[in-house]
Amino acid sequence: MSAATDTSPASAVARDAGAHPRREGTGLWTTVRALLRKELLVELRTLESVPGMSLFALSTFVVFHFALNRGSVEGDLAAGILWVTLLFAAILGVNRLFVADAEQGGFDGFLLAPVDRSAMLFAKALTLLAYLVVLELIAVPAFSILLLGPPIGPALGGLVATLALADIGVAVIGTLVGALAVQTRARDLLGPLLALPLFVPIVIGAARATEPLLVGAHTGTPGARWLATLGVYDLLFGLIAYALFDFLLED
Amino acid sequence: MYGKGLRALSISTVVAMTAALTLVFFYAPLEAEQGFLQKIFYVHVPLAIVSLCGFVLGGLLAIAHLRTRDPRWDFRSYVAIHMSLIFGLATLITGSIWAKGSWGHWWVWDEPTLVSFLIVFLLYATYQPLRFAIEDPERQARYASVFAVTAGAFVPLNFIAVRMSTAFLHPRVLGSTSNLPGPMALTFLISLIAIALLYATLCKYELTAKHTRAQVRALRRRLAGEESGRAGEGGRTSRSAAPSALPAGSVGPRPAGQAARTAGYPIKGHT
Repeated sequence: MSAATDTSPASAVARDAGAHPRREGTGLWTTVRALLRKELLVELRTLESVPGMSLFALSTFVVFHFALNRGSVEGDLAAGILWVTLLFAAILGVNRLFVADAEQGGFDGFLLAPVDRSAMLFAKALTLLAYLVVLELIAVPAFSILLLGPPIGPALGGLVATLALADIGVAVIGTLVGALAVQTRARDLLGPLLALPLFVPIVIGAARATEPLLVGAHTGTPGARWLATLGVYDLLFGLIAYALFDFLLED
Repeated sequence: MYGKGLRALSISTVVAMTAALTLVFFYAPLEAEQGFLQKIFYVHVPLAIVSLCGFVLGGLLAIAHLRTRDPRWDFRSYVAIHMSLIFGLATLITGSIWAKGSWGHWWVWDEPTLVSFLIVFLLYATYQPLRFAIEDPERQARYASVFAVTAGAFVPLNFIAVRMSTAFLHPRVLGSTSNLPGPMALTFLISLIAIALLYATLCKYELTAKHTRAQVRALRRRLAGEESGRAGEGGRTSRSAAPSALPAGSVGPRPAGQAARTAGYPIKGHT
């Protein structure tokens, strides 16, 4: 994500075209970069997804406070609240991800361009990943202020690793599900219904990995086993999405 | 075309089911701890196995559809998943009864197989809503296939993940057939074959029924076209748009305005 966000988009495209003469036409990554630039630019100008997702996460923490009637949580309860909130907020982003493309002709424009169709998958997954990172930059500190009992400082390293691995999986699955659901009549309903069961293994891995980080005074390390589960799941779903995504784009 | 061998398959299913039930009730020994209740195992576990294999089969058929673009593969994939969903529901119900009988609760979260099965079932329960929320038939088939492949691959992944998440709290006495005593293993095997045959037969019936209905619908439409072609501005009309959305009996007289607009229009492939 950072590769594309911190460079000036226009110069990135120009430099890429000039610096890689071995690529004839438009390379995959040039396309991905151009699409990613478009997505982030649109989001920056419209602010449709990320603020909504962040606000949703904050409201959910408040709801959890009253629903559980607790001032502070720790351990497995804290991990559960954090992951439920993050995943539901992510689903909001998944639902919005392809709407503009479907309604305003983005798909048609992309299909007319002589570029690799997988570029759309990579660009959208990276976009969603960027949304999730911003969401977590807001939601995790808010969680530690509003609800978390033990200090979050010592847990930060392990938490970042878990969040990163889980985010990759959510981004890949979210992109696939978003593209599936957006062409249906009941897209807002089907997106979450399709996404939640596919997210279950991520919840298992992420919540179990986060749990020892959020207990009491001394925090443990995330179980390597759970991080490995997340990594393998990301990899396998990445391959599945890569193999299948092209079929969603032909019309 | 799908009806061939249907009678033989039906008869062998009935024979196998009878044999399996006879073995279950009169041959298989009572299990020491659970007694008679354990006999649900001969129905529940084969149902679960066949249903999961059906989900994966639906994914494989969907791969064939995506590779060949032949709508018949999508049709088979749809039937495989549809039937697996029904078997899946039966699995959940029998599993729940078994859990209530042996552990005293309708639902236990400690049993990884049961939990993973529920997750898989919930995922596949969105197959039909997804499918029928897409109007264009070609896109419907393509999207449904993408879903079927994704979900088919998700089945084993999910089982591994859920199995990992649960420490082996309950001894898995019935994990595999290898540790079953001889008569029980034999009964289980025959039950598995019987349920698999039942699955195959029901799939074949559904394929045949749906195919026949489509044929009847096509013939009726042609007949209607013929009439409207002859009568000039006769009551019946034929339109090719969205045939699948039309119930079989609904091809009838149309409102006069529409009839006047479309009547006498030459039908493609028919003069």
